[in-house]
Amino acid sequence: MAQGELTASAYIKHHLQNLTFGQHPDGTWGIAHGAEQAKEMGFWAFHVDTLGFSFVLGALFLFIFAKAAKRATVDAPSGLQNFIESVIDFIDDNVRGSFKGKNPMVAPLALTTFIWIVLMNTMDLVPVDWLPYAAQLMGIEYLKVVPTTDPNATFGMALGIFLLILFFSIKEKGLGGFVGELTLHPFGKWMLPFNLFLEGVNLLAKPVSLALRLFGNMYAGEMIFILIALLPWYAQWALSLPWAIFHILIVLLQAFIFMTLVIVYMDMAHQKEH
Amino acid sequence: MNINATLFGQLIMFGLFVWFCMKFVWPPLVEAMAARKKSIEEGLLAAEQGRAEHAQAQQKAEELIASTKNQAKEIIDNADKQANVMIDNAKGAAVEEADKIKAHAKSELDQEVVRARNDLKDQVSTLVMQGVNSVLEKEVDAKAHKDMLSKLSQSL
Repeated sequence: MAQGELTASAYIKHHLQNLTFGQHPDGTWGIAHGAEQAKEMGFWAFHVDTLGFSFVLGALFLFIFAKAAKRATVDAPSGLQNFIESVIDFIDDNVRGSFKGKNPMVAPLALTTFIWIVLMNTMDLVPVDWLPYAAQLMGIEYLKVVPTTDPNATFGMALGIFLLILFFSIKEKGLGGFVGELTLHPFGKWMLPFNLFLEGVNLLAKPVSLALRLFGNMYAGEMIFILIALLPWYAQWALSLPWAIFHILIVLLQAFIFMTLVIVYMDMAHQKEH
Repeated sequence: MNINATLFGQLIMFGLFVWFCMKFVWPPLVEAMAARKKSIEEGLLAAEQGRAEHAQAQQKAEELIASTKNQAKEIIDNADKQANVMIDNAKGAAVEEADKIKAHAKSELDQEVVRARNDLKDQVSTLVMQGVNSVLEKEVDAKAHKDMLSKLSQSL
């Protein structure tokens, strides 16, 4: 535990508080000290930790893969190159399997979502106190290290997917075709409002379910790590080790589900027949 | 866990990452892998072709060796035959030559014999004449009995 005098609930709350940067009620910009202040900042505030960690992880992913891309030759690959190419193969197989249209963006999109989410989820496996405690020693009050346990991160990605769904639906089917798909199914034009309601829910459910599924799983996993961290230090390993091993599965599985759904949604956006 | 502008930050970051990945990561990797796949396929094909060519060449070589062997045998046979013919010819020529030499020698011998006989005849007749002369010096005229004497010597 970070501080001896903290109660369990304060400890949990501390761990669930993002490092927020925004405008204080008195007009000055700065870091929020505590959840109350963060709440007062309203919508136009930023979670510095979420953005920072996700940026570093995304940049790490792109750095490694771009390096591999530069070194890729016809000769036999070795080591890291081999691993990266097998990841590419894996993504390529998935995209080929689920995506029937033609769009050079879908495969890189799937790769980026998968690896980025894997890396962000993997932050969950770093023992919960290490980074926040280190940050505290450096004078940073709050630090939430797993970006995917912040709904802003997952909703941000899901919003991006949603915009792509809209963009490609209109691009492939035309505005009329897309509106027609939303209004004339499944019951024909005499049931238009009902159709619109059904299809609208269907459409909106895509990004919302994407974001909430990932967030929920990772948040719950993080929560359990925090709860385990409340146990006496000599007993923690008995629970945190099995949970961490199990969590590796969740880390990969959630990233895989997110990626697969992105591919499927892209495919649906490209299909002309409903 | 409140929703705030982090959402947009994350959205922009996501977009930039996807753009970067689409521009600099995905295409070169996939192209390199496709190129490798192609080169491996080509290599396998070339190996297969090489193997077939090798087998073909081996077969050809075997055929060539066999035909060469036959040819060599033929040449040797021909040479044998020719040698036999030459030997036979040489034998024939030799026999002929020997016969010729023999005949020549024989004819020379015959001539020699005839000449010797004639000489002998002459000498005998001369001797007889001398004997007769010495015996019959007085009663026989050499001129008158010359015809009879030469007849005598001829009948010898």
